[in-house]
Amino acid sequence: MLKLKGINKSFNVGTVNEKHVLKDLELHLAPGDFVTVIGGNGAGKSTMLNAVAGTWRVDSGTILLDGVDVTNTSEYRRAKYLGRVFQDPRIGTATNMQIDENLALAARRGKPRTLRWGISSKEQEAYREQLKALELGLEDRMTSKVGLLSGGQRQALTLLMATLQRPKLLLLDEHTAALDPKTAAKVLELTDRLIAENQLTALMVTHNMRDAIAHGNRLIMMHDGRIILDISGEEKKKLTVEALLERFSESSGSEFSNDRALLG
Amino acid sequence: MDTLLNYFSSLPGAVAQGIIAGIMAIGVYITYRVLDVADLTVDGSYCTGAAVCAAMLINGHSVWVAMLVAMLAGMVAGLITGFFHTFMGIPAILSGILTQLMLWSINLKIMGIALGKVSAAVIAVSSRNYKLLASMLKMGDTLLVLAIFSVILIAVLYWFFGTEYGATLRATGDNPQMSRALGINTDIRKIMGLVLSNGIVALAGSLLAQYQGNAEINMGRGAIVTGLAAVIIGEALLGKLTKNNFALKLFAVIVGGIVYFIIYSTIIYLGVESNYLKMLSALVLACFLAVPYWKTRFAKHAKRSNVTKGEP
Repeated sequence: MLKLKGINKSFNVGTVNEKHVLKDLELHLAPGDFVTVIGGNGAGKSTMLNAVAGTWRVDSGTILLDGVDVTNTSEYRRAKYLGRVFQDPRIGTATNMQIDENLALAARRGKPRTLRWGISSKEQEAYREQLKALELGLEDRMTSKVGLLSGGQRQALTLLMATLQRPKLLLLDEHTAALDPKTAAKVLELTDRLIAENQLTALMVTHNMRDAIAHGNRLIMMHDGRIILDISGEEKKKLTVEALLERFSESSGSEFSNDRALLG
Repeated sequence: MDTLLNYFSSLPGAVAQGIIAGIMAIGVYITYRVLDVADLTVDGSYCTGAAVCAAMLINGHSVWVAMLVAMLAGMVAGLITGFFHTFMGIPAILSGILTQLMLWSINLKIMGIALGKVSAAVIAVSSRNYKLLASMLKMGDTLLVLAIFSVILIAVLYWFFGTEYGATLRATGDNPQMSRALGINTDIRKIMGLVLSNGIVALAGSLLAQYQGNAEINMGRGAIVTGLAAVIIGEALLGKLTKNNFALKLFAVIVGGIVYFIIYSTIIYLGVESNYLKMLSALVLACFLAVPYWKTRFAKHAKRSNVTKGEP
């Protein structure tokens, strides 16, 4: 479903802050893979997701989405294939637009926008049902501005928006990091459910090792712009945080450095 | 007593000018509030609308054709600003200033060509000689025409911003990052917004030329300040009523324009030297613009929840 071949990306080239973030990165996701991504500070987790999403062009390498070469495709064109949820709950939704308007925008991802009315009453009914399934009471607030929602509600809505139009790949960039533990757990539960229901392929960056182990069918660990661990199947099911930390220092020759990951 | 009578007799004129300014301010609203871009092209395109309309009229075209071409000229101005901003990566404010400066030369040239000269700063188009939609000499008809015009414009815009395409313009102004993630080409949307906005501004300029009976090179000077003032006065007066309704918000902009010109007339009546009016406008607008900032500054100490609520 996704193939990254020899991806390189540097930032601030030619300055003292030059940083080679992704180094000959290779990754291959099979359809239906739900991969959790973990790694230390500056390992390149979010950068990898942004490379896939097309936030900027990579320096070298090839990105294939379901066989289509999107390496030089602009971000908004690539959106056709991708569902995305961001770390900051404010980024995934339009604050001053209504809940149903946000959903209607998301439902038209990758489709031409016409001069037909922006939201049909048939759609509205469908959204009501889908919001009801979130169990946040949003189905009664469809015409409320999204800015009035809490961070957790906004992330849940963003998740729904990302999957409304089935994406070939769902990109989750630490989407529970800004939430309190209880809300984070709920949003993760919803993530699992939406991925299972729609049989999605997903890439989920997380700072929480326990979450990375508990969710998905495959776990990759990044260090210094590369993937140093790739664990799936039975092996992943048996994984513990301690074992993971041990395998990290074996593979990287250094201590795991992500304050939030250790605290989480 | 005599001056008081003069004051009251000046009010219909203030209302007419206010509606025209309100229509112009609806253009400003589209960039400033919907797209979240401060577009200074307005100072040039307001005059372009007037100049093109007058130029077409004295060359024998009907007022409808003149206004249509004026609107198209304004749209081209918006297109240029949009091109500067998106394709050339120039900040929006500077892009607008560059187009505005270009338009100064172009406006002089348009009027010059129409009069068969190298350049010209004024074209007279009195309603005595031309069949016009608006004129200060026929106040009753003019007010009616302007009111109908505003209603039609608001209805069309309400429809447009409710469509699938219009919604993507609102989304672009609200959250460009999300918009791109949802497959919206935000550069094209910004350009479209600037085109639409300046088309409306030029249309208002064409009405102003008819109303005052001439197009004149300084007409657009300070238009952006008047436009923003109308937007902000409208919000201050009717903000509570217009909460969720786009059409009412646009209506409030027209009301803002009218109130602005009534205040303007009042200040003149009170004997303030008219030379100071632009300065006063700017200062009053500066204070109004500071209000949301002051609110969040003081709210920060009182309640944190207001900070997220008040964000754009």
